[in-house]
Amino acid sequence: MSAPAADFHAGSAELWPRSLLARLDRLREGTVAMGWAELRKLRHDHLDIFTRSVQPLLWLFIFGTALRHNRALSGGFHDYRAYLAPGVMAQAALFIAIFFGLAVIWERDVGQLQRLLATPIPRLGIVLGKATGAGIRALTQAAVLLTVLAAAGIAIHWNPLDVAGTLVLLVLGTGGFACLSMIIASLVRTRERFMGIGQLVMMPLFFASSALYPLSIMPQWLRIVARVNPLTYEVHGMRQLLLGISSGGTLWLDFAVGSLFLTITAGIAAKTYPRAIL
Amino acid sequence: MSAAASAVLVDGLVVRFGEVEAVRGVSFAVAAGEVFGLLGPNGAGKTTTIRVLTTLLRPKEGRALVAGHDVVREGLAVRQAIGYVPQAISVDGALTARENLEFYARVTGVSGSERPERIAVVVEAMGLASFLDRLGRTLSGGMLRRLEIATALLNRPQVLFLDEPTVGLDPTARRVVWERLEILREEAGTTLLVTTHQMEEAERQCERIAIMDFGALVAQGTPEQLCDEFGVAALDDVFSAATGHGIDEGGTLRNVRAGRRLSRRLG
Repeated sequence: MSAPAADFHAGSAELWPRSLLARLDRLREGTVAMGWAELRKLRHDHLDIFTRSVQPLLWLFIFGTALRHNRALSGGFHDYRAYLAPGVMAQAALFIAIFFGLAVIWERDVGQLQRLLATPIPRLGIVLGKATGAGIRALTQAAVLLTVLAAAGIAIHWNPLDVAGTLVLLVLGTGGFACLSMIIASLVRTRERFMGIGQLVMMPLFFASSALYPLSIMPQWLRIVARVNPLTYEVHGMRQLLLGISSGGTLWLDFAVGSLFLTITAGIAAKTYPRAIL
Repeated sequence: MSAAASAVLVDGLVVRFGEVEAVRGVSFAVAAGEVFGLLGPNGAGKTTTIRVLTTLLRPKEGRALVAGHDVVREGLAVRQAIGYVPQAISVDGALTARENLEFYARVTGVSGSERPERIAVVVEAMGLASFLDRLGRTLSGGMLRRLEIATALLNRPQVLFLDEPTVGLDPTARRVVWERLEILREEAGTTLLVTTHQMEEAERQCERIAIMDFGALVAQGTPEQLCDEFGVAALDDVFSAATGHGIDEGGTLRNVRAGRRLSRRLG
């Protein structure tokens, strides 16, 4: 009796890491496939990415210029436009991400979703691939914004590590918000309701964060809301890297919150996504 | 027919959406290499049955095997063994035909080294060479259908599910699609499970037929057997003889709306 049991254990111990690796490999393949398709779509539609890049510039040069010398809004920092830059970078990406779920509803309506769910691609791979797509869009916008910042002579840290860290935070946050959007889309299922809820979610996320102004000028209740808002940590980390200013938190916490946010929303989205076809 | 010889085996399948019983105890078997038609009006439960067989829906009762794998317990194995072309348009209009093929080769797990050859084979089989670099949204209905079928063949499926493959197509495009499917079956031995509500098409193309009405199977057999059984000359009359009503009477507002939207898009 004991010999076969021992064999069984030995066998399963050997099998387990191999199957885990195989599963991770399938996840990677699926994510790459979805990300690849998103990248290709983007290449067929450069105008889209260009028009979307205009909005953060308007915030920066109209809103930012009007309030340029307001030290209260910038938490004491000398140039409000520089202070605002990481905020509008994150905000522009949030706009893309929060309406990303609309694609889920569209793909359900035309039949792509049913088709995709009947292939061996892991559900988590679909979701992570879509999140990658949102991240890529955010990166192209960020590239435009950074170029304009350099041309306008707005002083930020151009250290490659600081910029790279900023972009990592941006991609984590954007991916997380894109997953959140996919969760909402797979639950509400109609375009009209989704648009309504999207607006409802986006405005508080934006205004109850440190994107436009520091937490220190907010009343206590709003500060609590902003503290549980992942956008606050995203922008905080970006500001610390690009401007060297911090409102108290630490950089590793910003990265940890971004990673955790993406992990949790992607996990939930992978569960709710297949329900969208019903 | 034994389970081993069946490409698809459905036994006592029940699917409920809340109070509504969409599929009510359906059983049938499809032999390997066969062209099997699932017939019935809109809302009869054909698409729901296909969604169970493609692992998109879980049945409330009964069980189903596809290519020898249980659709509930071995979903991944089933998804690896099948191709599925849903009724609505499933290729991405924002990608070219070639990119759609590349994409589905990737998601169905065709390795990078095999991809070019697999793609070349399906391009030849479905006759896509002339429009490979056009965006999906610029293709005609017939081109789209052939492209969709091609993307579903990249993983060399044992069973190919086609949900209303010729709806919204003009007679010429319809004939081309069927000619291509016929060649596919002869050369690769792929089992085809096709839904349609066109009796005349089913009679011409399917070796065996199961007729569904209000979620239940009301008759099955070869077209000749069905005509004999109900004492009618053409399959067209079998449906009304078996159910007591015409095939165009079923369906809901939602089905009609979806059908019209699809025809408009396919133009």
